[in-house]
Amino acid sequence: MLEYDFMRTAFAAAGIVAVLSGLVGYFLVLRGQTFAGHALAHVGFTGATGAVLIGAAPLWGMVLVTMAGGVGMGLLGERAQNRDVAIGMVLSMALGLGLLFLHFFTAYATQATALLFGNVLGVTTRTIVALLGLALASLAALAIIARPLLFATLQPEVAEAKGVRSRLVSVLFLAVVGLTTAECSQIVGVLLVFTLMVGPAAAAQLLTARLGAGLALSAGIALAQGLLGLTLAYYTDWPTSFWIAALSGVTYAAASLWSTGARLGRRRSQRDPARVERGEQRPTRLRR
Amino acid sequence: MNAVEVAGLTLALGGRAVLSDVSFAIAEREFVGVLGPNGAGKTTLMRALLGLARPAAGSVRVLGAPVAFGNPRVGYMPQTRGGLDGMRLRGWDFVAGAVAGHRWGPPILGRADRRDVERGLGLVDATSLAARPLRALSGGERQRLLLAQALLGQPRLLLLDEPLISLDPRHQHSVVALTRDLQRQLGIAVLFSAHELNPLLGALDRVLYLGGGRAALGTVDEVITGPVLSRLYGSAIDVARVDGRIFVMSGRHPVEHDHHRHA
Repeated sequence: MLEYDFMRTAFAAAGIVAVLSGLVGYFLVLRGQTFAGHALAHVGFTGATGAVLIGAAPLWGMVLVTMAGGVGMGLLGERAQNRDVAIGMVLSMALGLGLLFLHFFTAYATQATALLFGNVLGVTTRTIVALLGLALASLAALAIIARPLLFATLQPEVAEAKGVRSRLVSVLFLAVVGLTTAECSQIVGVLLVFTLMVGPAAAAQLLTARLGAGLALSAGIALAQGLLGLTLAYYTDWPTSFWIAALSGVTYAAASLWSTGARLGRRRSQRDPARVERGEQRPTRLRR
Repeated sequence: MNAVEVAGLTLALGGRAVLSDVSFAIAEREFVGVLGPNGAGKTTLMRALLGLARPAAGSVRVLGAPVAFGNPRVGYMPQTRGGLDGMRLRGWDFVAGAVAGHRWGPPILGRADRRDVERGLGLVDATSLAARPLRALSGGERQRLLLAQALLGQPRLLLLDEPLISLDPRHQHSVVALTRDLQRQLGIAVLFSAHELNPLLGALDRVLYLGGGRAALGTVDEVITGPVLSRLYGSAIDVARVDGRIFVMSGRHPVEHDHHRHA
């Protein structure tokens, strides 16, 4: 299958975006902000259709709007970010507006499908260059903010006391998340960004409690999902996004099962009656 | 040099004066319990010592210098939140995340940083806890990790905000004993806030009792008396001593138990 140009391009695009999504998604899941990623992708739909309407490339419309959305969400602060209803309303409005833009553009149902569910096989060489550039910029930004981001995520009060500018870090991170959702939408579409940004990261966090290993695993799972999804799509002629979504779901389910099994096994073997007696260890039972 | 020097300090929170014109000094190797009813300003005082709450009036000096935001010589352990219940990250990364966490860059630790983390974990006997995910740890075990985090960078002053909250008496005792041992071993000053005096009895050098905008600092025998506490509470307070334990009573009710529910 690699003899085809469009397949080589698709593999490159999926690889770039998957690694970025896995790494950014790890922090997104750790911070409990997955809904923000979902919302930004929906807002990006409006940007993409708006760009199509004025004759620009949908990728850039999406990048602009998702980054602005991320910065805006960050500036609104944590309290606003947790307002599910408000975010839900904004993203519904954004989707509706996107639909209106499509309506004016008329007759391009394929365009809508590509935006909503992705079209990795339609990625051009020029888009690859853009994806790579944006991914490198995102990763550089993530590397710069990673340390204070982690500190502010794990221990917000202490981070504040030690001089971390939490609000700034949060805004920068959500801008990176915005960029990543825009990239991700090119592969799996705005409706399925969870499959690359959240699924792999959540599975990685179930499989290892180590930060470094978790990040590597998250990127690795996302990469495997992307490349394997494309391969399966090539041989079955089913949509790539379906395969990536299916692989994401299966991986997460398997990781959940493994994690539960490992925990139960460990508990049985490690439970020390003397420690339970002293109250240092809880008696055997399933926790949430 | 004093660990903490406060002169004519007035602190306001949301327009309400929490402390007004308070002065006291805490010496370098002192273990001081910070007590008082809810809203008396225990947390606000600690935030002022961290440079997070700006005084409306007066001066605050920490370790011989005017209070500085992000002072590495001050270790801080905030009140625990429920936010860690679902955290799958292991304890080691949780503590390591605080090492120079204010600096930009990737979270990669150098050898000296790793030694600092090992040292902190070793001091609180949490080396084995560090391999386990946070969500699998009990409240007392998480407290030890938080304490390890507060000890990073070899601070000279520890601010511990309600470390005993939501711990059962047995664990309360072990946290107090551990803190006392560390405070002596490292020769540092500790401010330890709590709702109840009794778990701290025997460990404290002095008590800083806050109430009604005022503060009283002294030994337990000097401060935990009817007249002093009546002045702080602004109502008649009796102090009863039973079997080595102290009960602060307003009328017929122990006042501390009114404040168990924490906001």
